[in-house]
Amino acid sequence: MFFTYLRRELRRRMRQASLIALGLAVGIGLVITVTALSTGVKNAQGDVLHSLYGVGTDITVTQAPTAGAGPGAFGFRGSTGTRTRPAAGTTIDIDTLRNFGLGTIGDSSVSTVASLHNVAAAAGGLTLTDTKITGKIPAINSSGGGGFGGGFGGGGFSGSFTPTSFTVDGVDIAHGALGPLSSGKLSSGRTFSSADATSNVAIVDADYATQNKLTAGSTVTIAKTPFKIVGIVTVPAGDNSSDVYIPLARAQALASMKNDVNTIYVAADSASSISGVSKEISALMPKATVTNSSNLASDVTGSLASTSSLANNLGRWLAIAVLAAAFLLAILLTMSAVSRRVREFGTLKALGWRSRRVIRQVMGEAIVIGIAGGIVGVGLGYLGATAVTHFSRPLTASVGQTTGSATPGGARTFTGGGGFGGGFGGSGRPGGFRTAATASHTVTVHLDASVTIGVIVAAVLLAIAGGLIAGIFGGWRAARLRPAAAMARVE
Amino acid sequence: MYKLTGVTKDYQKGHSVVHALQGVDLVIEDGEWLAIQGPTGHGKSTLLQMLGGLDRPTAGSIEFDGHELTELREGQVTNLRASSIGFIFQTFNLIPTLNAQENVEVALVPLRIGAAERRERAARALEDLGLGDRLKHLPSELSGGQQQRVAIARALVKEPKVLLADEPTGNLDEDTRDEIINLLEKLWRDLGLTMVLVTHDSTVARRAERLGVMRGGKLTIRQDTRRNRAGGSPQEGPVPAAP
Repeated sequence: MFFTYLRRELRRRMRQASLIALGLAVGIGLVITVTALSTGVKNAQGDVLHSLYGVGTDITVTQAPTAGAGPGAFGFRGSTGTRTRPAAGTTIDIDTLRNFGLGTIGDSSVSTVASLHNVAAAAGGLTLTDTKITGKIPAINSSGGGGFGGGFGGGGFSGSFTPTSFTVDGVDIAHGALGPLSSGKLSSGRTFSSADATSNVAIVDADYATQNKLTAGSTVTIAKTPFKIVGIVTVPAGDNSSDVYIPLARAQALASMKNDVNTIYVAADSASSISGVSKEISALMPKATVTNSSNLASDVTGSLASTSSLANNLGRWLAIAVLAAAFLLAILLTMSAVSRRVREFGTLKALGWRSRRVIRQVMGEAIVIGIAGGIVGVGLGYLGATAVTHFSRPLTASVGQTTGSATPGGARTFTGGGGFGGGFGGSGRPGGFRTAATASHTVTVHLDASVTIGVIVAAVLLAIAGGLIAGIFGGWRAARLRPAAAMARVE
Repeated sequence: MYKLTGVTKDYQKGHSVVHALQGVDLVIEDGEWLAIQGPTGHGKSTLLQMLGGLDRPTAGSIEFDGHELTELREGQVTNLRASSIGFIFQTFNLIPTLNAQENVEVALVPLRIGAAERRERAARALEDLGLGDRLKHLPSELSGGQQQRVAIARALVKEPKVLLADEPTGNLDEDTRDEIINLLEKLWRDLGLTMVLVTHDSTVARRAERLGVMRGGKLTIRQDTRRNRAGGSPQEGPVPAAP
């Protein structure tokens, strides 16, 4: 009788029941869409942070360069073997490996950090730039007003040189799970082995390899030293990957940074320890920039951050508002339906139905409407999430542009550069030495607003709760009806 | 069956108090048919509500079948209604979404009778009232007389001791009225029911054994033919309410 009565009653009130269910469905659909969007944004942020960090790295430690420090002069004089200005027509062939924008940290600091409480592992790394300049010294045109001291302003001077650069990461092979290579996926060849620690071997980023027609087995020259390529690696959101990875010891030797690193990669023993470990490192190294996932996430700007803000603020409140409105609508319409059935419920009570049974009937109807709303809402939410995934533009995330923080793998600020023999561009910023992508440290990610089973279950439960709340109010109204109401309408 | 002593019912209506019943004393014997007449708003239906345990008096006592209704808890009164009291309403009060058989079954639900037995008893009750071919019809597919017969079947399917009818012919045309009142009289006689019937209609009222008139919340018995149950002519004129 319960189900027969319930089914027939819902069929009779089809339009009203559909309205309530639709209201709940819209609310639930929005909750699912916003949750999926929020999850998608969170995952995208995770991808970005992983690409910046490397999987397994919880904290990175860098240090701003001290004032006046820099990679120093490129040394035309040195490259030509004279201490005087090279003569016109002299061939210039410079290839140096330099540390731009990051301060040096002693090897001992890596050990100190590794020994801290709650630190699972620590590895040092060097993030460097290999710069090549080739060409011939042109005849000085006095009317050009440039000259070595005046920068590249001289007519025709700059056209005589071909500057190229690529990024090189020195990797601590003993701690391969940490650092820039940890998030990379080997697409060919092999990764470093412990035997490679002092060898001239390199792993090359897949994009860089494609651009320069490099394969495993070919050679790449770093600071005039040939390195055999042993593997090609693809790094997720590869905009931030370095172009070439070599053993740390070789990088230190070529960059004349023996016993120095410029980045420390740290893994905490648990997620809850990250904050504490960060503080300990800050206390230990007051001049260092200690970056972990949470403060790096707060530094993320661009459309990813805007979308995150939109999902977390406007989206969440919009979903809550719509859901609350849907609940209110369900409550009001259910109570209104009970009011219209005063005689019916009065009659049932007169026939000996207890209030409890009448309430159960009302709540049953409301819950079924809630379930229907939940099912439709899941469909709407799924469509919404699919639409978000399908129609959303790729999101960009930029890190460290404004703060100048030394995020590993990027976000370097090129300050303190010495210039070309004291002359090339007094600003010391060798524009074009890094690609725009790595210099601005922007990552492009695609938003995947996927709906999980957990979200679906939660949404259906939410819809049932909506029906239940409406049923409680309706049942409360029905329980208060006097059975005499069945007759009261008659007189 | 019933013994009402000094039953008073006051309603608050806005700022004023309505005295719906004013010290009603009444005894209704087992198997009696009492009709109650009176103008609208003079307490007929209120008295019926008191008899059915649908409402509680402001003062006085109502004894039903050995139970003092005013002292029972709500649940106990509900149980009594479910098992012993049948109701018939002027507007039939059938559940519009349930068919005739299901409407009759509704009265058996509180008695915790199994679904199969409920269906069987409901069908039998409807067949007894000549609605065997209308079991699956919705109320909207039945005439007024048929609907009232379904309501009568619903009231009687649980085999109650008392049948309380509130204007059972009020919404029916003359022919159907006679048909229904004949049916009720037959059931009253065949089943030995105690029947209390509220009506405006003097034709219907005069068919009862006893006729009471409600006026200003007070009951006056105008006719009592109980001593003539065997077939004598009814006695006219005022008769004391309680023996």
